[in-house]
Amino acid sequence: MVPRIFLLLMLLLACVAQAAPNPALVRQLSAEESDDRIAAIQKLALTAEPEALAVLQQLADGTLKDEKGEDITINNRVRRELEGALAVLKLIDPDPVVRFKAVKEIAGNVDAAMAPMLAKARDRETEPRIRALLVEIHATATLKDPDPKVRIAAAKSLASSADPNTKAMLKAQSEPANEAETEVRRAAFQSYLEVKDRLTLAENIGRVFSGLSLGSILLLAALGLAITYGVMGVINMAHGELLMIGAYATYTMQGLFRSYFPEQLDWYLLAAVPVAFFAAAVVGVLLERTVIRWLYGRALETLLATWGLSLMLIQAARVIFGAQNVEVANPSWMSGGIEILPSIVLPLNRIVIVGFALFVLALVWALMNRTRLGMFVRAVTQNRAMAGCVGVPTGRIDTVAFALGAGIAGLGGVALSQIANVGPDMGQGYIVDSFMVVVLGGVGQLAGAVWAALGLGIVTKFIEAWSGAVIAKIVVLVFIIMFIQKRPQGLFALKGRFVES
Amino acid sequence: MQRRNFVKATALTVALAAAGFVTQPAVAADTIKVGILHSLSGTMAISETALKETALMAIEEINAKGGVMGKKLEPVVVDPASNWPLFAEKARQLLTQDKVAVTFGCWTSVSRKSVNPVFKELNGLLFYPVQYEGEELEKNVFYTGAAPNQQAIPAVEYLMSKDGGSAKRWVLLGTDYVYPRTTNKILRAFLKSKGVAEADIMEEYTPFGHSDYQTIIAKIKKFAGEGKKTAVVSTINGDSNVPFYKELGNAGLKATDVPVVAFSVGEEELRGVDTKPLVGHLAAWNYFQSIKNPENDKFIKQYRDWAKKQKLPKAETVVTNDPMEATYIGIHMWKQAVEKAKSTDTDKVIAAMAGQSFKAPSGFTIKMDEKNHHLHRAVFIGEVKADGQFNVVWKTKGPVKAQPWSPFIAGNDKKKDEPEVSKGK
Repeated sequence: MVPRIFLLLMLLLACVAQAAPNPALVRQLSAEESDDRIAAIQKLALTAEPEALAVLQQLADGTLKDEKGEDITINNRVRRELEGALAVLKLIDPDPVVRFKAVKEIAGNVDAAMAPMLAKARDRETEPRIRALLVEIHATATLKDPDPKVRIAAAKSLASSADPNTKAMLKAQSEPANEAETEVRRAAFQSYLEVKDRLTLAENIGRVFSGLSLGSILLLAALGLAITYGVMGVINMAHGELLMIGAYATYTMQGLFRSYFPEQLDWYLLAAVPVAFFAAAVVGVLLERTVIRWLYGRALETLLATWGLSLMLIQAARVIFGAQNVEVANPSWMSGGIEILPSIVLPLNRIVIVGFALFVLALVWALMNRTRLGMFVRAVTQNRAMAGCVGVPTGRIDTVAFALGAGIAGLGGVALSQIANVGPDMGQGYIVDSFMVVVLGGVGQLAGAVWAALGLGIVTKFIEAWSGAVIAKIVVLVFIIMFIQKRPQGLFALKGRFVES
Repeated sequence: MQRRNFVKATALTVALAAAGFVTQPAVAADTIKVGILHSLSGTMAISETALKETALMAIEEINAKGGVMGKKLEPVVVDPASNWPLFAEKARQLLTQDKVAVTFGCWTSVSRKSVNPVFKELNGLLFYPVQYEGEELEKNVFYTGAAPNQQAIPAVEYLMSKDGGSAKRWVLLGTDYVYPRTTNKILRAFLKSKGVAEADIMEEYTPFGHSDYQTIIAKIKKFAGEGKKTAVVSTINGDSNVPFYKELGNAGLKATDVPVVAFSVGEEELRGVDTKPLVGHLAAWNYFQSIKNPENDKFIKQYRDWAKKQKLPKAETVVTNDPMEATYIGIHMWKQAVEKAKSTDTDKVIAAMAGQSFKAPSGFTIKMDEKNHHLHRAVFIGEVKADGQFNVVWKTKGPVKAQPWSPFIAGNDKKKDEPEVSKGK
């Protein structure tokens, strides 16, 4: 359908008539049958009148009303035709961004009849990246040309493509059943191999990225625990609930911004970062002061007590926010993705989270290794009695360290709220993963947690790719059990004398 | 647990007494007790809470019009907490302790399978309001949701049609439990009968509560990039849908390229998602809030008023959906059947249920089949709109009879289209 419009459009472009769009055609846009609607869209597009285009654009945006004043709604088939028609018209738009989008849109449904027009558009195009795309699309359109020379040229220029559909086309073209000429077959096969390699590479880049993304989420979930459990030795079963508190703090900030600063809504997430940290840290202090400090050194009791605390926190969240999940929206600067190649799009929210994980990691590292507080925490960890003897207030350090761990869990909650569901029992899903990371990394080692989180993320994603999510989860668990059997101290063992062990 | 129930029971009694339903708990003989068995906490609370509210709303409506056979209905609400064995326990409690005449409840197939033996043993009556996989026909259960031929099969047929995009390759994606597995088994057989090759079907499952859909989306993209029009059939259940649709939007997989049709995603599930990138993805149900007719306008208004009165969270944005409509139909049909039988006796009500009809919010007068305990329902296919509602793009001309025993599963042709009468075990 698109090519015919294109041909006629180019003829009409010279003589632009100015008139309101034909009312009968506009009426037909709300016809019962999709075929009638599509016919009307094509006729309107052919007029190339700005008013007709405005009507089509309204239809695409869902703002066009019929005679009864109701929105005209369209189905996917009509939408596809509409977008195709609009894209063709936008190829001559002065704005390169609009042109680029239009070319991408056209790339989805190219036809041999479009070849001359695409060649014209290609020759006129000045923007290199749009031109490159047009060269490629033009080649797709001429791949079935009757002239073998044209076919060879097309097959050759498609070698630079990274589109999975091109791969399928080239493969078909390199088979004797579809192509009689050996020369063309050879050229097509050559290009096919190149495209295939590029796609395989892209696929692996995509996998490594999703592994990194999962790893950074695991890291954010586990980093707080690496301090409370790893460094202080508290088996904190309420750790997941501290994540939940961070997520609910984000939700609350979103609500506040919606009510009081609707213009700045996009920045609520930045405001939520300190709020979530302090909210979780305050709860952490309360837990430590009231319950956990009386149980230091009694692992089993701590485990049971913190498990009870986790149930109380879940119930508290249910009472305050309701049992259902709450909606935390991605700010607009975190929605969508960056297209690296047509086959891989890196979602922005995940890129931001990877960056955020690095930021939190740097923060924790600096705090532990570059500040007096960090030095005290390390001192108490390594030898409580001796640290006490030289004047370190061990009791207060315990509280501060626990608050720090809790606060970092709160930061993890901010990140989780952007990709997972926020609900009272969301923390339960992360407690096992967090312990897995800390134990695998080696108790008491921040660096261990980092390597364990990233390693688990990437390994999980590569296993998932061939076995599916269910099996991947099992395989990873089995792997960790075997690893711990072989190396109980984890990836990185703490070296030196460890008085309390 | 015991104590919580006690507190709840007390609270309920007080609430009912305050509302004037019962003057004194001792005079319970003047009321008919109705059990409501939906998870109000845990993973399924997201979907089931609205069904409890719908049931309470319908009961209040019936009571306001004089009750059933002159008696007021007295709801007994229990919370099985998304815990499948607890469903059976709570069902037993409703039947033996509270002696309810009928129970409305369950969402997941696994919870229904858990209570079925209890209702059979104690000869109770259950109304199950959710679309499911079929392969079951219990004497003690009435199914007011869709069987596969009233939802899954028409949806796939639509995607194969010209208007649906003439899909040739299929991704069957679901949560890993009985409903998606069985549905996909039926769909696979159906697709093969339509000439789809084995290599053109991809089946994928994720655990309950899965939240990382990057790999799956990448796989779908790769599968779709092999030159044939691809469609995705999603039977993902519960709150996993939110991260799935978020990832779908962020990865730029548009409905015009690869449409996703879902069987467990409705207005309620989309409340927590930014639907602008999802425009055009589909869902198949027997009811949508966006259907326009006087019954539906009344139903939506009734539920909105109820939400305001009960001060439900975010009462101003509540939506109605298919299982809520099915609950509403079930309660009203049960009332009609009791009045026809002039008794709440299980066997008499079951007999009276056959052929009951009700003018439903979906715009059709819906009939309970004379034999197979399922409703005759019209099928609608809707596309997601930017505001989270659905735009109906296809519907059946009229109600369709349910086939609980799908003809696409071997051996089903020999099964009878009515419950087996048990001959004593």
